[in-house]
Amino acid sequence: MARIIVVTSGKGGVGKTTSSAAIGLGLALKGNKVVLIDFDIGLRNLDLIMGCERRVVYDFVNVINGEATLNQALIKDKRVSSLSVLPASQTRDKDALNKENVGKVLEELGKSYDFIVCDSPAGIEAGAMMALYYADEAIVTTNPEVSSVRDSDRILGMLASRSRRAELGLEPIKEHLLLTRYSPKRVAEGEMLSVEDVEDILSIPLLGVIPESQAVLKASNAGEPVILDTDSDAGQAYQDVVDRLLGDTVDFRFLVAEKKGIFSRMFGG
Amino acid sequence: MALLDYFLRKKEKQVTTASKAKERLQIIVAHERNHRNKQPDYLPQLTEDILVVLRKYIQVSDESFSINLDNKDGDLNVLELNIELHDDQIKS
Repeated sequence: MARIIVVTSGKGGVGKTTSSAAIGLGLALKGNKVVLIDFDIGLRNLDLIMGCERRVVYDFVNVINGEATLNQALIKDKRVSSLSVLPASQTRDKDALNKENVGKVLEELGKSYDFIVCDSPAGIEAGAMMALYYADEAIVTTNPEVSSVRDSDRILGMLASRSRRAELGLEPIKEHLLLTRYSPKRVAEGEMLSVEDVEDILSIPLLGVIPESQAVLKASNAGEPVILDTDSDAGQAYQDVVDRLLGDTVDFRFLVAEKKGIFSRMFGG
Repeated sequence: MALLDYFLRKKEKQVTTASKAKERLQIIVAHERNHRNKQPDYLPQLTEDILVVLRKYIQVSDESFSINLDNKDGDLNVLELNIELHDDQIKS
């Protein structure tokens, strides 16, 4: 049985695709068979972050419509052979996906993969509902910022009421909090919600904290998921997230600002 | 000046913008959750009653029946009733 994980948030631009790419690749590097699905029909971007945009021939909607087989549409990652990407379609209408046909695709994928990572579109419309419907687990990606936290709470409501697990009265979706773009320095200065603040408000277990990092933009520029940048703080934080998903207990890092020396504090800087 | 700032900063332990953010969020999130979870008390009994009436006429299993009260963002509430029927259940 594959673990179906949705990466969701409500609000756009908080790091869903960056996180999906990093976590998917990280899980595959650990020897798991992973498929990453872009659910953002009409606004495909996971391919770009994964660096496989020029290899897209068929997409998710082609598979749904029977115009291509799954194997034709899946793009095998060049770095890790156990990772595949199912790209979103770029032009088709958003109503192409429904519970029934998505369910069939996931069931088929579940036969040969250990993890199915669903990169959700922003919002709470049909596309986002489709991405979370079949999930076993949800990574609620949140920035330490008021609108993102509020939207995450709305998504938590959706996970609890609109998913397959909710409809069938099964065990609820396992929720994980992933705090991204975290700046310990601004937290220390009282300018940013802290990890504890966000945990207090959303009250779901913390999966990881990704520090605000220049490595993220560099990674998307290059089409190399940031987890491959093993020297970077963000890359290491995503590695910790992957280890936790696989059941390891890993201490949280990058939660406190690097201390400035007394010298620079006295003379400004 | 930086030296002066350093000592002055110790005193200004007043309300930070982050604590304001947290307070506002706690209020709005609690409010919205309340709204979300508000299912009327009569819903379980209503469900039972509807099923009793239905079963006078047709066979309905628990699985093929669902009832849902949805708030469509604002004043509009929709009571949704879904009953799956197979061909042989319709004929009396």
